[in-house]
Amino acid sequence: MLSIKNLHASIDGKEILRGINLEVKAGEVHAIMGPNGSGKSTLSSVLAGREEYEVTEGEIIFNGKNLLELAPEDRAREGVFLAFQYPVEIPGVSNVNFLKTALNEIRAYKGLEPMEAKDFLARLKEKQKLVELDGKLANRSVNEGFSGGEKKRNEIFQMAMLEPKLAILDETDSGLDIDALRIVAGGVNKLKSKDNATIVITHYQRLLDYIVPDVVHILYNGKIVKSGPKELALELEAKGYDFIKEEVGA
Amino acid sequence: MEAGLKTMTIKDKLIAEFESAKNTLFGDLSIRETALEAFSTQGIPNRKSEEYKYVNMELVLKGEFSLSAKNKLTTQQIEKTKFLKDAIVVVIENGILNKEYSQIASTLPKGLLIKNISDALSDDCFQKYYSKSAGVNSDPFIALNTALAEGGVFIHVAKGAVIEQPIHILHIASVSSSAILNSRNLIVIEENAQTTVVESYLTVDSKFKSFSNALTEIVAEENSVVDHYKIQEEEEQGYLLSTTQILQKKQSVFSTHTFTLSGSLVRNNLNIVLDGEFIESHLNGLYLTNGNQVIDNHTLVDHRKPNCNSNELYKGIIEDKSSATFNGKIYVRKDAQKTNAFQSNKNILLSDDGTINTKPQLEIYADDVKCSHGTSTGKLDADKIFYLRARGLSEASAKKLLMHAFASEVVDTVKVEELRNYIETKISKRFE
Repeated sequence: MLSIKNLHASIDGKEILRGINLEVKAGEVHAIMGPNGSGKSTLSSVLAGREEYEVTEGEIIFNGKNLLELAPEDRAREGVFLAFQYPVEIPGVSNVNFLKTALNEIRAYKGLEPMEAKDFLARLKEKQKLVELDGKLANRSVNEGFSGGEKKRNEIFQMAMLEPKLAILDETDSGLDIDALRIVAGGVNKLKSKDNATIVITHYQRLLDYIVPDVVHILYNGKIVKSGPKELALELEAKGYDFIKEEVGA
Repeated sequence: MEAGLKTMTIKDKLIAEFESAKNTLFGDLSIRETALEAFSTQGIPNRKSEEYKYVNMELVLKGEFSLSAKNKLTTQQIEKTKFLKDAIVVVIENGILNKEYSQIASTLPKGLLIKNISDALSDDCFQKYYSKSAGVNSDPFIALNTALAEGGVFIHVAKGAVIEQPIHILHIASVSSSAILNSRNLIVIEENAQTTVVESYLTVDSKFKSFSNALTEIVAEENSVVDHYKIQEEEEQGYLLSTTQILQKKQSVFSTHTFTLSGSLVRNNLNIVLDGEFIESHLNGLYLTNGNQVIDNHTLVDHRKPNCNSNELYKGIIEDKSSATFNGKIYVRKDAQKTNAFQSNKNILLSDDGTINTKPQLEIYADDVKCSHGTSTGKLDADKIFYLRARGLSEASAKKLLMHAFASEVVDTVKVEELRNYIETKISKRFE
């Protein structure tokens, strides 16, 4: 589904990603772990198409398409979804209206008619339940006045509504208490299928108790330095990031 | 003689217009003569004038202007302009009340009186309030209007009357050659009364330049509640200077909302005098400018007595080479202790060639008050645009959604649902 080859990216002339290679197949969950400053958020930003980042080398192929040639909205329409680490508040734009517009623009891209109002409402109700999001929150302005946990839940709610092929969860666990974490992870697990894939980007192992990865990658200094089964996350948790630094001889 | 006329200044021409028309105009001639003198002393402001620095009135009034080059509107033309189904309609056609299309007969709700201003001369409250709070020495266009006013409407809401239906005043300009229009209106809301007034300003089938110098005086008596709207949709040939002079008495609540959606040049002078204790005033404004439009909002909130609240919110979206000005003055007089006065002006500049001038002016002479003002100008937030695009919205629809959101803070203050929907539709069309 996703194939990243020798990806180099920089911001303001400073190189952050220094040759990332990653293969993600449908049905898989990949975790990318790494210390602060290793390039985790840069990777998610580059995948989503943030224009501040310059890709200097390498390629990203998503379901046969060159992702780097697509505008952010077209990436979304092709099925890439980024759950933001810091979701923005957009006062005056209602969640529901925003999702309806998003959904219909994605459908138009695929040559589909706009969704019937009653089908949209039915989906809205169903997915709200999935992430235990209060109906009142869904009707409010996007993230306005939401708590940290509510914002993250809203990200997963949007993901549920838009049904992406590839979901990238960027530090979705940061700032979440254990109950919110369970709800968010539960939502992600329920959305999992053999046709979609998930990349979980996180600093801590905690989230991986709930969203169990097939592969764990360790990102360090802009490169994936080690990949392994889910136990790698536990090892990392036990030994700390220093062991990686020693191992790669940094 | 012909050659002589051509070299006359705008001011001289207007004075000459007055001389030839003065015996046909309504009301007390001495009021008009005093006003003309005040106009003559002040003259047409030029760009050196502090109050008219950003709007070139000399340019607006350049060329020939007459007082009588008017089209007659057809029923269809008027019907098309009525956008409120459930309203009491008053049509001011080229500065004069059109009795045929205005609801001034006996069908009005109890306590409401609507008549031609020239038929109100002997009413007590006309005499009490006409040309009282709109001082002819305070502004040359107030003076000019007072001297040249040909007509307009007088509205009286009796003590304790609650008028449920909004009163919709349509100020329509339609001229057959360049003309200056001076509509003059007086609205008095008596004690404990309650009403909603919507003033629309528009041009219909006007191929020539029209300059509307419209003036409405409003008096909100003790404990009255007034909801006031100005919806400005002039076409390219329409130039508008709209003065609203409001006098509020004790415990009254006055909300005014100015929506400037089009017009080559629009200057709004909105003056509120809070002349009593425990008054509440709300001033909201939204201006959307594009092309070469010039929009200038001047507001003056004059706190004269203690324990009053005023709250002001003006927002604008500026495109192309257009220019917008917001000048908000707040006076807190020595007696006006315990005043709360807030003001905010926020702008979004969408182009590199657009201009915004924003100038808050607070003059505070009392020592126990809470006053604040804030102003901001910026582009649409790139992070918000990205967030929306990352969910599949095109850049254009992301921007559209954000502009709607920006405008909604003002649009949401509109209490009349039908009017709010109308404005929302207009804004949507504009952002297409």
